[in-house]
Amino acid sequence: MMTLLFTMDLMLVLEKFLLIGAVISFALVVAMYTTYAERKIAAWMQDRRGPNRAGPFGLLQPVADGVKLFFKEEIIPLASNRFLFVLGPALAMITAMLTSAVIPWGEYIEILGRKISLQIADVNIGILYVFGVVSMGVYGIMIGGWASNNKFSLLAAVRGASQIISYELAMGLSLISLLMMTGSLSLKTIVEQQMNGSWNIIYQPLGFLIFIICVFAECNRTPFDLPEAENELNFGYHQEYSSMKLGLYLFSEYVNMFISSAVMATLFFGGYDIPFVDETALTASLGANLTALFCFLALFAKVLFFLFVFIWVRWTIPRFRYDQLMDLGWKKLIPLALANMIITAVVMLLIKN
Amino acid sequence: MERLTNRAKVMEQKPMSFMESLYLPAIFKGMAITFMHLFKKKATINYPEQQRPFSPVFRGLHVLNRDEEGRENCTACGLCAVACPAEAITMEAAERKSNEEHLYREEKYAAKYEINMLRCIFCGLCEEACPKDAIYLSETFAPSSFTRKSFIYSKDELLIPHPVNEPEKFAAAKGAREARQKN
Repeated sequence: MMTLLFTMDLMLVLEKFLLIGAVISFALVVAMYTTYAERKIAAWMQDRRGPNRAGPFGLLQPVADGVKLFFKEEIIPLASNRFLFVLGPALAMITAMLTSAVIPWGEYIEILGRKISLQIADVNIGILYVFGVVSMGVYGIMIGGWASNNKFSLLAAVRGASQIISYELAMGLSLISLLMMTGSLSLKTIVEQQMNGSWNIIYQPLGFLIFIICVFAECNRTPFDLPEAENELNFGYHQEYSSMKLGLYLFSEYVNMFISSAVMATLFFGGYDIPFVDETALTASLGANLTALFCFLALFAKVLFFLFVFIWVRWTIPRFRYDQLMDLGWKKLIPLALANMIITAVVMLLIKN
Repeated sequence: MERLTNRAKVMEQKPMSFMESLYLPAIFKGMAITFMHLFKKKATINYPEQQRPFSPVFRGLHVLNRDEEGRENCTACGLCAVACPAEAITMEAAERKSNEEHLYREEKYAAKYEINMLRCIFCGLCEEACPKDAIYLSETFAPSSFTRKSFIYSKDELLIPHPVNEPEKFAAAKGAREARQKN
């Protein structure tokens, strides 16, 4: 009995390890090619051609960038706090990655008769976990900016910290109305509810709008990229960084974008639900593995769409001024989110009675 | 004040209306504009593979001219050096020997002729000053280099290829200019 339990557990550990490895490497590759997409789409929007020298259509450009960053000299300023200076980018990257643990990438696959769930951890407080990790993300910026011992970095770090903390409030409030409807914090349950009913965006358009604005602010993307406002702060909180430590900072932004896109797709756009298709019937006809693949592709398409929106907005809208940013966060988004919450509550009560 | 175009708009500074203060309509409008640009014709070209045609009055690197028999036109009169506002041209004159008639067209020639391409401003005044049609500005520009010294072009770099010995190279160097002079 004991040996059986042990072997079962070992399989589970192995399976989870493989899944984690797959998800993280997938996230990294997607983030890599998001940098390529960013440059290419930016070029197209400005009637240019974009990178097209490295490989066909410039497809090897992200590899070239990565290799270049690896070969750059690694400089740690003398006046900086060495430990924190190294910790900053690591923390930024780790927190960007951690969120992927609770996102369901598909239902399950069957290998050798074992049902393998395509979610690393189905925590019943999934959204709470997401919030916890996302609010950790500010430490990467804060520590990096402070440890650099540079006034521009520090200013950027303070900006970033206050921005992220302010927008987290509105983000949380906008999700409360969603949670009142779903009645569950588990992302898997939320997706299953959307698969059986309709997508949450139909019931919560305002909530989604607030959420996506806050996600832009959390990811430090234009129009809220004040922590890296080049014309005001030289380079922002990663001013003193070089080589791959800088690469990790720049890269964590794209990983963050990818993960937040996945969260948005999961919460509001049905996650791995294929629109207008009944997944149980599909499983019966195609088998679990193929269905999982198609479900994953559906989720990936939604994620790609959001990534495009991220890039699209960045190359359209100019940056907010800092007081405008705070005005928008505190005076507009939070009251709106509260109103949305009350409206949702009233409508829900009316429907029930 | 008279306006040059009728496109000027008078600035209105009144408080924003409710729709304007939502920002979203304006943002969506902007996003529609950028989205349309995805499909527009690109304004740039792939440079080394494709090149834009030069304007007929383009002034690039200098060429020291030869006549149809391959004799150098330059008589080292120094008018180009005098005309040069950047003082980029230096030369040393020499007298033609009796066995050098096939090399130089007139009795005096430039033994040394140097143009400092870092000083040159490519104004073309040397070409205008030259009474012998010995120097003109071509449609290539100076290639980049690592040393300052390599930007001082001597006669080897400046002279046009020999029309009898290297007719193809001569035609290539000359070609665009002939067409230009006809226009």
